[in-house]
Amino acid sequence: MTLGTVVVGAGQSGLNVAIRLRALGYDKPITLIGEEAHLPYQRPPLSKKFLAGELDAKSLLLRPADFYQDQRIDLKIGMRGTAIDTRERRIDLSDGSALAYEDLVLATGTRARELPLALTAGLRGVHVLRGADHALALQRALAAGRNLVVVGGGFVGLEVAATVRQAGMNVTVLEQAPRILQRVAGAEVSQRLRALHQAHGVRILEQHQLASLRGQGGQVHEVVLADGQVLPADVVLVGIGALPNVELAQAGGLAVQDGIVVDQHGQTTVPGVYACGDCARFPWGEASIRLESVHNAMAQGDCVAQAIVGRAVPYAPVPWFWSDQYDCKLQMVGLSTGHDAVVVRDAGPRPTQGASVWYFKASHLLAVEALHDAAAFAHGRRWLEQKKSPRPEDLASPTLPLKDLSLH
Amino acid sequence: MPKVTWMFEDGGEVFADVKDGLSLMDAAVHNGVRGVIGECGGGLMCATCHVYVDPAFAHLTGEASAMESDLLDMTEVPRRPESRLSCQLVASEVLDGLVLRVPSA
Repeated sequence: MTLGTVVVGAGQSGLNVAIRLRALGYDKPITLIGEEAHLPYQRPPLSKKFLAGELDAKSLLLRPADFYQDQRIDLKIGMRGTAIDTRERRIDLSDGSALAYEDLVLATGTRARELPLALTAGLRGVHVLRGADHALALQRALAAGRNLVVVGGGFVGLEVAATVRQAGMNVTVLEQAPRILQRVAGAEVSQRLRALHQAHGVRILEQHQLASLRGQGGQVHEVVLADGQVLPADVVLVGIGALPNVELAQAGGLAVQDGIVVDQHGQTTVPGVYACGDCARFPWGEASIRLESVHNAMAQGDCVAQAIVGRAVPYAPVPWFWSDQYDCKLQMVGLSTGHDAVVVRDAGPRPTQGASVWYFKASHLLAVEALHDAAAFAHGRRWLEQKKSPRPEDLASPTLPLKDLSLH
Repeated sequence: MPKVTWMFEDGGEVFADVKDGLSLMDAAVHNGVRGVIGECGGGLMCATCHVYVDPAFAHLTGEASAMESDLLDMTEVPRRPESRLSCQLVASEVLDGLVLRVPSA
């Protein structure tokens, strides 16, 4: 039998490897292994329209059920890889079977970081949100609750806060850092989104530490803060980040460092084994990064597919991210790490007042964060892809249209 | 269930009955229409579901919102007056017979 590619992880990145391989004319067998008992689906709506009940499970599917057969992708769901032998080029699966491969792709994603067991042991009503099953469980819990406490002011927490507040519940967001979104966005964005949530009646408690959870009859009832405040809580959502799923790679002898270490073509430290998406740490300038985003999942999946068919293209993405909260869209492109100048620009006379934040290093554009300002995002993305920069002083003048700015 | 046709510059076409309420990006992806990617799943981020609406239907599909219009400025193939992001077009009876042309890079 011809050996082909085995992809472990049927999220957006793993599926895209399979799709791109076929589109590139790859004719060998493709096996796609998914741990969740669902056909591959999109995660971004889980904290938004899916949680709100506006989208059903079927509309989350990335491809219809018959797609896999049509494309000769052998999809095995409800299954995990349990061990890899990179010398024999073989992977063991959780049903006791084993698959030989020519190329192996690890697109194992991340899992939600949880609170220490000592805090949550024996309590119902404490949730995380990563997969569709989590979203369904959270939805059921919310239906019966009045008070939601969100632990962690990151994207997942704030998106859930917005969705749930709009359904009429009392919502408090707890963040231990000085500001919400500290790890993922600049201070201007934090300040504007804080104001937006507060205007909708969400309590935002920054620089507040969780001390303990109290239950009543095995169900969470109150959240106690380090300063002694007690918040009523029928449901607690823990949104304190994600951990890369690296255990399979590590046990198989691949280099791991907060993510599976890959080179610019997505190859791990072992030839014939690749990693992509949320779980992969790739070169970025003189350092390395790991990105959790749809764009990176798709683009790095494509890069790995190219490498497998022998057309390796170095992975040098202009990453982009987004978050929808209430009627506000946050769009971000590039990475602001290492910036030495920031310009905040008002979007000007628009129906809904937007703004954008532009980050520079040595006068070169690094990143743009746009709130309700798609023009800023669109221009910033195009300029970053073309490696061009506007002058910071031009941007600061909102009367100069973006399309007229001179670039260098 | 409107009937929708996607036409390619090389003369090929894809024809499908589309469920009412489904976005025409989702419909394209589900029917394997090449060139319509829909990377962001309809999040108004990626502009990879760009199509040209047949002028005969332009009055039925309406106009792009400000945000969609800003993103159309970023498409891989330059926008034209009949450009739309198909994630913003929703199937309904009035669009029966709709023809969309898929730009090729």
